[in-house]
Amino acid sequence: MSKVGLVIVSHSRLVAEGTADMVRQMVGEDIPLAWCGGDPGGGLGTSVETIQQAIGDAWSEAGVVVMVDLGGAETNSEMAIELLDEARQKQVVICNAPLVEGSVIAAAESSGGASLEEVKSSAEEM
Amino acid sequence: MPDFSPQLRQLITEVASAVIEQSEHLTALDQAIGDGDHGVNMKRGCEAVMADLENIAAKPPGEMLKAVGMALVMKVGGASGPLYGTAFITLGKLWPAAEGAPERAQFAEMFGSMIEALKARGKADFGAKTLLDVLGPVHAALQGDALPAEIAKIARQSAEATIPLQATRGRASFLGERSIGHMDPGACSSALIIETVCRLMEEA
Repeated sequence: MSKVGLVIVSHSRLVAEGTADMVRQMVGEDIPLAWCGGDPGGGLGTSVETIQQAIGDAWSEAGVVVMVDLGGAETNSEMAIELLDEARQKQVVICNAPLVEGSVIAAAESSGGASLEEVKSSAEEM
Repeated sequence: MPDFSPQLRQLITEVASAVIEQSEHLTALDQAIGDGDHGVNMKRGCEAVMADLENIAAKPPGEMLKAVGMALVMKVGGASGPLYGTAFITLGKLWPAAEGAPERAQFAEMFGSMIEALKARGKADFGAKTLLDVLGPVHAALQGDALPAEIAKIARQSAEATIPLQATRGRASFLGERSIGHMDPGACSSALIIETVCRLMEEA
């Protein structure tokens, strides 16, 4: 059975990459994982286009949970999800948890075979 | 009905130029109470619109506005990308199918729908020290018989009226009371856009 994919979105490429490193240390290659950070000009910020790509890279039949840091990351992630095919939109959720801790917990849950909703709520309830 | 496309092309060009020209001022405002990238981001988005202007302007008015919105969504980055993108895409979707421009009352209604879409996108309401605090009074003026010059003045005054407000949404809200005393950068950029449009309507 496929496991829930995880996308890490930060304003900072380094934070996103570092968080992904910590996730990999926990769960190895067990789950689909992608990360992105930085605005379309390469500065601090987020980009709808790269978030869309990351969702595609972490795609799973079990769904994808998107972890975000600050406001713009959430707004841009919502926009990216709305621009997906209608069938895919319902399988992607944004998780409102602290980025690093939430990503590690969400990844651990996913690697254990939890559903999309379970992955999201475990990270949010921490 | 006269074809509105050439006029809309000019509006888009002038708005993009005005934003690019004022980008340093917008960034300075954002440095005071935000993350200091509003001008840079808006400039990048407007430059993307200008770079694709020939393609964009070849479309009928509604599609033109949607294309502008998509360029902003993709290129601005920061929350203002999805916000301004949503604004233009919503107006584009509601644009009457004809090549002409909507009547005043119809446009006021479209503007109201745009505000609702922005409230949903930003999970914000009036009084949170955001661009909504400019768009609300402008919408009210549009529903009446205010002339373009009067609407431009209302937009500017409303942006200035965000100075004493405390931000409860966006990055500035992290500063709490320290956000008081500065103009909201999004309120400033939206007033700038509205002033530019009004000036062109006046000249038309």
